[in-house]
Amino acid sequence: MTTTATPPAKSPVDTELQRRMLREMLLIRRFEEKAAEAYALGKIGGFCHLYIGQEAVGVGVSAALKPEDYVICSYREHGQALVRGMSARTVMAELFGKATGCSGGKGGSMHLFDAEKRFMGGHGIVGGHLPLAAGLAFAIKYRGGDEVCVCFFGEAAVNIGAFHETLNMASVWKLPVIFLCENNQYGMGTAFERVAAVTDVVEHACSYDIAGETVNGMDVLEVHKAAERAVQRARKGHPTLLEVRTYRFMGHSMSDPLHGVYRTKEEVEDQKKKDPITQMAHRLRDEGAMDQAAIDALDAEVQAEVQDAVTFADESPDPAPDELGRHVLAD
Amino acid sequence: MPTITYRDALNQALREEMQRDDKVFLMGEEVGLYQGAYKVSRGLLEEFGAKRVVDTPIAELGFAGIGVGAAMGGLRPVIEFMTWNFALLALDQIVNSAAKMLYMSGGQIPMPIVFRGPNGAALQLSSQHSQAWESWLSHIPGLKVVAPATPADAKGLLKSAIRDNNPVLVLEGEMLYNNKGEVPEGELLVPIGQADVKRAGGDVTLICHSKTVSVALKAAEQLAGQNVSAEVVDLRSLRPLDEAAILTSVAKTHRAVVVEEGWPHGGIGAQVVDVIQRDAFDQLDAPVLRVTQADVPMPYNKQLERLAKASPEKVVAAARRVLYLD
Repeated sequence: MTTTATPPAKSPVDTELQRRMLREMLLIRRFEEKAAEAYALGKIGGFCHLYIGQEAVGVGVSAALKPEDYVICSYREHGQALVRGMSARTVMAELFGKATGCSGGKGGSMHLFDAEKRFMGGHGIVGGHLPLAAGLAFAIKYRGGDEVCVCFFGEAAVNIGAFHETLNMASVWKLPVIFLCENNQYGMGTAFERVAAVTDVVEHACSYDIAGETVNGMDVLEVHKAAERAVQRARKGHPTLLEVRTYRFMGHSMSDPLHGVYRTKEEVEDQKKKDPITQMAHRLRDEGAMDQAAIDALDAEVQAEVQDAVTFADESPDPAPDELGRHVLAD
Repeated sequence: MPTITYRDALNQALREEMQRDDKVFLMGEEVGLYQGAYKVSRGLLEEFGAKRVVDTPIAELGFAGIGVGAAMGGLRPVIEFMTWNFALLALDQIVNSAAKMLYMSGGQIPMPIVFRGPNGAALQLSSQHSQAWESWLSHIPGLKVVAPATPADAKGLLKSAIRDNNPVLVLEGEMLYNNKGEVPEGELLVPIGQADVKRAGGDVTLICHSKTVSVALKAAEQLAGQNVSAEVVDLRSLRPLDEAAILTSVAKTHRAVVVEEGWPHGGIGAQVVDVIQRDAFDQLDAPVLRVTQADVPMPYNKQLERLAKASPEKVVAAARRVLYLD
C-alpha cells in the first residue's frame, strides 16, 4: 500500500504479532470493501455499518485477549467478529442473510453472534449493550472465573443513561469489564462536541472511580498496549474506561453520505493520511520485518479469503421458511 | 395443607429454587438488607449471602440489562422490580435484549431470566404507581408472561418461571401479597400456559387473571344469589394464552365477560375476545363484554379511584347484560 504518513517510532513488540495484526487489519479492510460492493449490488440489505478506518481498535484490543474472554459490541462489529476468530465466510453469509451465516440469517449486519467464540453480539440500540457487558462480567465473577469482558461502543453512547448506570454498578461491584469507547467523533451526522458537555470521554472514568486512558486509535500497537493494561486490571476486578480516538473513513452506514453537511471532504482526506494500516505497513518495512512484496502477498492472501467468503455467501441457501418461527422461544 | 400468604408462597419459591440451583440469584432494589420492599425476599440474604441476593442502586435499565448479560453468561437471574411501574425504565432491556437474544443469535443464546414484581393498582397511589402493564408486556414475541392470583399459583408459577429457559415476566398483584391460601407442601410446579377454572358454572364465563380473579369470584357469588351460575376461568398465563381453556368454557356457557385491571384500549380482554370470535363465533349467544379500568390515569381520590377500578358490581352488571337479564 502507498503511504504519506510519518513512520512511528520502532517498538519492541514481536514481529510475528505485528505481522498478525497487519493481516487482521487488512482482512477487515478488504472484507468491508467487499461488503460495500455487495451492498451496492443489493446483496446486503438494511443497515450496514462499516469499520473502515477503525481497524486498529478491534485488532489491537483482540490481540490482548484470551480466546475465552467475552467481546460484545454495538452494531459496527464486523471487524471485531473477524478478529475474534469468526470466519469471513460465516460473517459475510450473515450479511447476505443466508442460512450459513453466523446467526442463521436472522440477525444480519447488526447482530453477529458466535457463542462458542464468546462473541456475544452486535447490538442495535445505542448504549443498550453496556449493561449486558457488565452482566457477562458479573457472571464471570459469580463463577469465580478469570476471564474478562470487553465492551466496544461509540462515543455517542456516552450521552445515554445506560452508560452511566453501568459504569457505576461495574465499579461498585468490581467487575472484570473493559469499556472500550471508539471515539470516531461523530454520532451519525452529529459531531460529539455539539452534543456533549464533556468532550474527553475518559473524564467520565473519574465520576465512577475507575481507571481511564486515552489512546491513539490509529496506532494498533498503542491500542494493544493500552488494552493489555486494561485487561490486567480487569482480571483483578478493576474496570477501565478506555477512550480510543479513531475515525471512520466511510459514512455512518452504507445509506449515509461520506461527508457533506456534518464534516468536510478535506477533513476526511486529512484523517486518511493517518490510515492505521498504512502506518503499520510502513513500520514493518522500516524495521525490515516485511518488505513490500511480503505485504503485497499478505494483501493478496486476505483478498482471496474475502473473495471466497463472498462466493460462499452468494452460493449459500436462504433460511428455510420454517425458520421463521424457530428460536422465538427455547424448548 | 398449610395456609400461607401470597408473599410467603413467593418467598418459598425463591428459597427452594435457590437451594436447588446455585446459578439462580436475586437482584433488585432493597431485596437484600431491607428484606424486600414487600418482604418477598425476607431471610434470603441471611441464607444465601450477598453474592446471590444483590442490592442494586435505583437504576432499573442498568440492573435489568446486567441480569440479561448474566443470563448470557450462563446464570439464571431473578430480577425484582420494586413495581412494574418502574420497569418501564427497563423496557429496552426486556424488549430489545431479553426477548430477542435467542432469535437474533440464530438460536445460540438462550435467555433464562425472570423479571418479577408487583403490578396493577394498590390503594390511593395515584397515576404513576397504579398501572397494569400486562397487555404491553404480552405483546412481545420471545417473552412469557404470567399473573398468578392465589398463593399456590404464585409459588408454582414462579418456580416454573425460574426453571424456564426463556425470559418469563411474573406479574404479582400488589394487593395480593397479604392474601392467604392453601399451598401444598413439597414440589409445586404450575405449568406456564395453563388456565385454571377457579369456580365451575354453566350460564356465563368470567375470564380474569391476577387481582381480578377475586373480583370475578365475588361477582360469581352475587350472581349465584340471582340464580345465575358463573364459571370463573383464571388465565394465570397471559403469554402463552390457554386458548383451549377459554374455548372449552365458552362452548359450555355460550356467554363471556372478560375482566382485567388494565385499560380497555388494546387490552388483554381484546385478545381474549379475538380468540372467542375467531374460534367460538357460532357458540356465542351474546356479544362478549369487557370490564376494565376506566380509560383514565388513576386518580388519587378514594371515591374516584373506586370508580376507576373493575369491581364485582361492574362484573355482575356485564354478566346480566350478556344474559339479557337487564
